[in-house]
Amino acid sequence: MKILVCISNVPDTTTKIKFVDNNTKFDTNGIQWIINPWDELALTRALQLKEESNGAIEKITVINVGLIDSEPTIRKALAIGADDAIRINAEPLDAYSVAAQMAEVIKKDPYDIIMAGIESSDYNGSLVGGMLAEFLDIPSVSSVSSLNIDGGNVELSREISGGKEILETKVPFLAIVQKGIAIDPRIPSMRGIMMARKKPLNVSEPIEVDSLTEYSVYELPKPKSKCKMVDPENVKELIDLLHNEAKII
Amino acid sequence: MNFEFSEEQLMIQQAARDYAQRELIKDVIERDAKAEFPTEHVKNLTELGFMGMVVDTKYDGGGMDTVSYVLAMEEICKVDSSLGVIISVNNSLVCYGIEEFGTEEQKEKYLKPLASGEKLGAFLLSEPEAGSDATHQRTTAEEKDDHYLLNGTKNWITNANCASTYVVIAQTHPEKRHKGINAFLVDKDSPGISLGPHEDKMGMRSSDTHSVMFTDVKVPKENRIGEDGFGFKFAMKTLDGGRIGIAAQALGIASGAMERAIQYSKERKAFGTEIANHQAIAFKLSDMAVKIENARNLCLKSAWLKDNKKPYGLMSAMAKQYAADIAMEVTTEAVQIFGGYGYVKEYHVERLMREAKLTQIYEGTSEVQKIVISRALLRD
Repeated sequence: MKILVCISNVPDTTTKIKFVDNNTKFDTNGIQWIINPWDELALTRALQLKEESNGAIEKITVINVGLIDSEPTIRKALAIGADDAIRINAEPLDAYSVAAQMAEVIKKDPYDIIMAGIESSDYNGSLVGGMLAEFLDIPSVSSVSSLNIDGGNVELSREISGGKEILETKVPFLAIVQKGIAIDPRIPSMRGIMMARKKPLNVSEPIEVDSLTEYSVYELPKPKSKCKMVDPENVKELIDLLHNEAKII
Repeated sequence: MNFEFSEEQLMIQQAARDYAQRELIKDVIERDAKAEFPTEHVKNLTELGFMGMVVDTKYDGGGMDTVSYVLAMEEICKVDSSLGVIISVNNSLVCYGIEEFGTEEQKEKYLKPLASGEKLGAFLLSEPEAGSDATHQRTTAEEKDDHYLLNGTKNWITNANCASTYVVIAQTHPEKRHKGINAFLVDKDSPGISLGPHEDKMGMRSSDTHSVMFTDVKVPKENRIGEDGFGFKFAMKTLDGGRIGIAAQALGIASGAMERAIQYSKERKAFGTEIANHQAIAFKLSDMAVKIENARNLCLKSAWLKDNKKPYGLMSAMAKQYAADIAMEVTTEAVQIFGGYGYVKEYHVERLMREAKLTQIYEGTSEVQKIVISRALLRD
């Protein structure tokens, strides 16, 4: 059995986001890039499944659509324990183009289980997993919070309003995973870090695919306005501020 | 000149940071209060490969360079220097000495389990009356037929109880003074070894420090490291490298304190604004940053020299003295910025200040480092 984990290269979650070119482009200057946290949890669960499988799961592969600058992130996935990696050498334009690029590669060499994080922490589209399953014509399960394999059967659970839903499925399928799938992402060991460069990172040339999305402008949330302190004795000032400045009375 | 770190170095830095900020932080205050040895963390850091990270992979080490080691030590010691010193002693004092000067048999038998973290090591040089002046070793190693007989007491031994392997410095030929000193690999469970009580220290309280007594302890001759009389040179060469680890530790203590001070001064308000907006505080932060950057550069330069097989003893003495002294200054100022909160345990900075003090004392006091530095300057 083979598992594929889709990983996205995203800015560190503590990054201060800035835009350039009249707010039409994300400023990548000085950004530290990481594995999308949801994808990292997917990878963590995939590695646990391999360890628990007594050899039934032979290989964990990670796949990424990105240019060469996403390789450090891919190698981190290899250092954590993925066996090999595929990088499709294209800029990830939008969910459709990413899913289409990956589908093309996966069709040629199918996997039993494909895992994708529920969303990427940068664009939060929640689209790639579902689109990819459609391109591949395989079932997908969304919001998966646990995934266990027992022989040929796969048991999944997903969070639903007010409770949990347990499902069974057979391979191949795609799991769109969320919080709960694994507790903490793994920290790579020295050995893992050393091995990462020796593991195969195969670069695949992209197909021609149009992006279906055009980003017109980005907007940052308004900075929080400063809190004004009013002396409790000075009700007149408070009313004046609420009336003239906040304009809510 | 290139100040860029490699991808691997950055990955190690991040791994150490993740472990420290995610795991060590959880119980560091409690372990400090109870002076409790961090068994579980040592196990986890062993699995991650930190205990023998700079040892060659052919001896089951991590095969990492000294620059990576500095980056990792800084991150670990931002949170917990007790863990830092356990890692430092095992890597720099014990494993390094055996890897550099040991025989293949010694490496096979002793280095491999130490480098993999299966066992821990301790370095026994200091004595009740021989600290900075290591030439006056009172512990004796009397030469017998096929073994040496060790007698004496060693003081302030980090990892004394948790270690399985001791590297012991002792005097074999008193008439030859420091040229009669030898270094030995000693199994801790050898008959005749006893431990003093756990030292109740001011800082780094969860590291395991004891005195160790030797009474007619038999050590096989093949356990001597190097030629007869090589022990003092061995100790000095090993300490040259050890200083890089402790310098990086002091750096971590300082940068950990600064990070906390920056965060606090952006939140805490006084006189109608965040205290960071008061120049009295902002300038303290600025002074901290300059000192820390200087210390970091000295640490990394020492590491780079060592990795490139260039002489590094002078630079590591500068790094150790400077980083330790500024760690004391920076942590004291951090406590000042926190005010009353800085004086209570919950806010970490008082602990960092207690930890900083030790870096000025152990593995060569700041004054001893100045002797090393000035002698190098004045040498003809």
